[in-house]
Amino acid sequence: MQKFLFMAMKSPQAEGFLKRPVFTAFLTLFAAFFILAPVGCSPNNPYRSTDKGKDIFYTTFNEPPKHLDPARSYSSDEYDIIALIYEPPLQYHYLKRPYTVIPLTAEKLPTPAYYAKTGARLPQDAPPEKVEKAVYEIKLKKGILYEPHPAFAKRQDGAPSYSSVSDATLEGISEARDFPLKGTRELTADDYIYQIKRLADPQLESPIFSIIERYVLGLTEYSQALKDDLDAVRKKRKETAGPSYNRDTDEKENPIILDYGRHELPGVEKVDAYTYKIILKTKYPQFIYWLTLPFFSPMPIEADLFYKQAALMKKNITLDRFPVGTGPYRMGVFRPNMEMVLAKNENFHEEFYPSEGEPEDEKAGLLRDAGKRLPFMERLVFKLEKEAIPRWNKFLQGYYDNSGLTSDSFDQAITFGAAGKAELTEFMKDKGIRLLTAVRPATYYSGFNMLDDAVGGGGAKRQKLRQAISIALDFEEYIEIFNNGRGIPAMSVVPSGIFGYDGGAINPYVYTLDTGRKRPVRRTIEYAKRLLTEAGYPEGRDSNGAPLIVTFDNPWTGADTAPVINWYIKRFKLLGIQLENRTTDYNRFQEKMRKGNFQFFSWGWNADYPDPENFLFLLASANGKVKFGGENVSNYTNPDYDRLFRQMENMDNGAERLRIIKEMIAMIQKDSPWVWGYHPVVFGLFHQWVENVKFNPMANNAVKYLRLNAGARSLLRGAWNGPVVWPVFALIAALAVITLPVVISVRKRAARKRNG
Amino acid sequence: MLTYVIRRILYAIPIVIGVNVLTALLFFYVNTPDDMARKILGEKNVTPEAVANWKAEHGYNLPSFINAKESGAKVLTETVFFQKSIPLLWLDFGRSDRNNIDIGTEIKSRIWPSLAVSVPMFMAGLIVEVFFAMMLAYYRGTYLDVWGMVMSVVMMSVSTLFYIIGGQFLLGKALRIFPISGYDTGVYSLKFLILPVIIGVIGGAGAGVRFYRTVFLEEMGKDYIRTARAKGLPEGKVLFKHALKNAMIPVLTNVVVSIPFLFYGSLIMETFFSIPGLGNFTIDAIQSQDFAIVRSMVYLGSILYIVGLILTDISYTLVDPRVRLK
Repeated sequence: MQKFLFMAMKSPQAEGFLKRPVFTAFLTLFAAFFILAPVGCSPNNPYRSTDKGKDIFYTTFNEPPKHLDPARSYSSDEYDIIALIYEPPLQYHYLKRPYTVIPLTAEKLPTPAYYAKTGARLPQDAPPEKVEKAVYEIKLKKGILYEPHPAFAKRQDGAPSYSSVSDATLEGISEARDFPLKGTRELTADDYIYQIKRLADPQLESPIFSIIERYVLGLTEYSQALKDDLDAVRKKRKETAGPSYNRDTDEKENPIILDYGRHELPGVEKVDAYTYKIILKTKYPQFIYWLTLPFFSPMPIEADLFYKQAALMKKNITLDRFPVGTGPYRMGVFRPNMEMVLAKNENFHEEFYPSEGEPEDEKAGLLRDAGKRLPFMERLVFKLEKEAIPRWNKFLQGYYDNSGLTSDSFDQAITFGAAGKAELTEFMKDKGIRLLTAVRPATYYSGFNMLDDAVGGGGAKRQKLRQAISIALDFEEYIEIFNNGRGIPAMSVVPSGIFGYDGGAINPYVYTLDTGRKRPVRRTIEYAKRLLTEAGYPEGRDSNGAPLIVTFDNPWTGADTAPVINWYIKRFKLLGIQLENRTTDYNRFQEKMRKGNFQFFSWGWNADYPDPENFLFLLASANGKVKFGGENVSNYTNPDYDRLFRQMENMDNGAERLRIIKEMIAMIQKDSPWVWGYHPVVFGLFHQWVENVKFNPMANNAVKYLRLNAGARSLLRGAWNGPVVWPVFALIAALAVITLPVVISVRKRAARKRNG
Repeated sequence: MLTYVIRRILYAIPIVIGVNVLTALLFFYVNTPDDMARKILGEKNVTPEAVANWKAEHGYNLPSFINAKESGAKVLTETVFFQKSIPLLWLDFGRSDRNNIDIGTEIKSRIWPSLAVSVPMFMAGLIVEVFFAMMLAYYRGTYLDVWGMVMSVVMMSVSTLFYIIGGQFLLGKALRIFPISGYDTGVYSLKFLILPVIIGVIGGAGAGVRFYRTVFLEEMGKDYIRTARAKGLPEGKVLFKHALKNAMIPVLTNVVVSIPFLFYGSLIMETFFSIPGLGNFTIDAIQSQDFAIVRSMVYLGSILYIVGLILTDISYTLVDPRVRLK
């Protein structure tokens, strides 16, 4: 064979091939790779060489943001962006636990002033039913400037530079940053008032309007007045245009700008340029948490009017895509289908890294930057990565600074130690990757329809039936199998980290307490069967011997969810109950929930704010899904629970509130409208060059506290990513070896034919 | 030929209107505006009032096709179908339901990344497939031909996803030669295009090589090839000068009909490589139930399909003088 190959290479045909330009180019490429590989060049580096060694934080997002307008945005992914640009008056302390609210643009935390119907001032502990008005007076820090933005650019006469842009003006402009002129101005109370009015604008469809209209004085009436204005404008335009009227086309060419100043909104009041009041129609201590959310950020009227120009809207340059704020970062590049780059805001006011935290923070090095000016990083790059595999691999290559964990990558990253504690694998430790875990303020649960004849309703028998099922659904096993141990079994609706959660307490209807090891032990299936017998279903059969059949509604249409459904069926079967699965798409599932056409279901709840009210309301009658379209999907009704809820919801945290919460929890544990499920635990991975990392699920602006060691990152990236090119050339050589003999022999045969 | 083209364009009008009606019907019966509203408004605090407001703001509070409350032309014009679908005829795609962006502007900006991947993938794929098909035809009967065909069948049988994930793993992760995924603008996009193009070419090669080999072998059995060989022409010349030229009609049928769809991008490839093209755009819209975008993309697809068919017919006349369009 070798001899044959040697002869083939020495043949005139082979010699000709070797002299061809393609072969020369191939050789050049081959040489180039071998020259570049040893000098540490990384051809797989997805970033430009000009960015090497800079303080740029690289992270990912998995779908383009829907809204970046703070009146509309209501998703944690979007908050990761806008919370760094917009600044509400308050924020969460980065390090302190339990979650603590501190001022951001406000000078100090507002203390609500309560007033009776008579106008008399009431004490702080006034009972909610006596409070007619709660007034939050917010005084802003002076000298805070907006980021440089074209909305603030002014001509010499003081008029806005870009108040009437045309298609011609926008030649070559595709983002807000492309405008040549930019300006700024100081943050004022008017901007916060303007934003609260925007929440009532029907055109903006603010997702929290239905909640805050219950609290902010006159907001419902104000919104209705704006809606009437909007309808009137549309009606007039429709009459003028006749049958050819097309609302979409009309408003694309001529956007409707509602005048927020036309109507009074008694719920907000300007005191002076830096002070404003928000007036609530009831006592609502949780309102302080709402003031940390972007919904209550300032919105300069200049920005709103700037973006409401038809020419800009046609180019998709809108407030929903290009935020204007006072925060540590501003939108640098906005290509939501590819990347979003936040650049340091040149005008950012003084803010410093916290100098206090939890006792262990100092040991963990989290106070090393205490008192230093924020933010530390020059740019934040958010790259779109829809698929988990490339995202994970790029994190391991050092091209992303942090990563979450999916089931696919879990085994590569995590191992469980002898004590059952999650630890990084040796492979991850060798890379210097750090693992952070935290219980998310969320509850994933399964629930019964309390309106259903078979599984719902009150009475001891029904309670026992639901308790028996709660025992059979072993969520410790569920967490191990389906969640890689990332969760803690729930004892009630209130998760860890929320006032009212008691880590030592158990749900006595599902667990017993192993006093020796001080841990809960799930009651046995035999005990559950006894409960079932007492409930009138011995061995899962009714008095006529017919099996108890329960339907299970869920929106789990993915192929990987089949084992989860089978797990539920198997656990029900232990009691002799037949679980009939009814998987539908999410729309149908929601419809069934709305109409109450289900028996058993699975759902979850993430906290809006760290207060027990935000969880306990999920079982209040007034929030019943079927009757009121609320979030009480189980449609649980218990007058005693409702009474306590009303008492608790507007109370300040304290011994009395804790007592009431415990009483409420005991009630729902007994009634068991839910199988309490689990509270998810988040696993986050960070490379060694990222510093000041501490999980804070409530603070959306945590990135501003992070610091990078960009030099170390460059070195490690280079070391991890040297190209390996020999297999490519080996493959090509193998193909050539396979092909060349037949090529040469056929050519020889043709030559012989030609020569006769 | 001009008359033929005009006639075909006129025939296309009822087709695209029909596509529009069918799309609207499918959407309204499978996925009502209420469903869309709930999906788009999210999971929390979606009150009946919020749903009603969303429908009103997005024009889905009107009847689907007939508005019995109106009189005259408004019976037809004051409907969701007329308000949303008729402007598509003059390529006014309107605004997306999900985030109110101008769909036309978005399509224009996303065409280029799609083309940046699909055109080189298509061209390189065509060259590779024709080259290997001719090589196998040339070496027909040898072990190269036999194993080439076996390889083609194997390659055809493997899922595109396997090529993508395998390619990313091998060339991006294990050998670290290309970025695993991503995209950049201008010349910086080049390094992100090589891997998807290689994977696309390899993934499509099996079927292409088999198809073109059959075409070439069919041509090579014809009388004029026998004549060329009898004249003593070398095999290479017979193949490249005579067989290739005459095999162009089936090649063109395959090629020209594909050209318009290059604008449409590749759904899976763009998603896995994070390429911000139209394929990605369509997938996002389907997942988020953005009817406005889905409607626009289906409409655009139907137009591109018709354009592809007309171009194919025209191209026949260019390569085969016997074909006349009347």
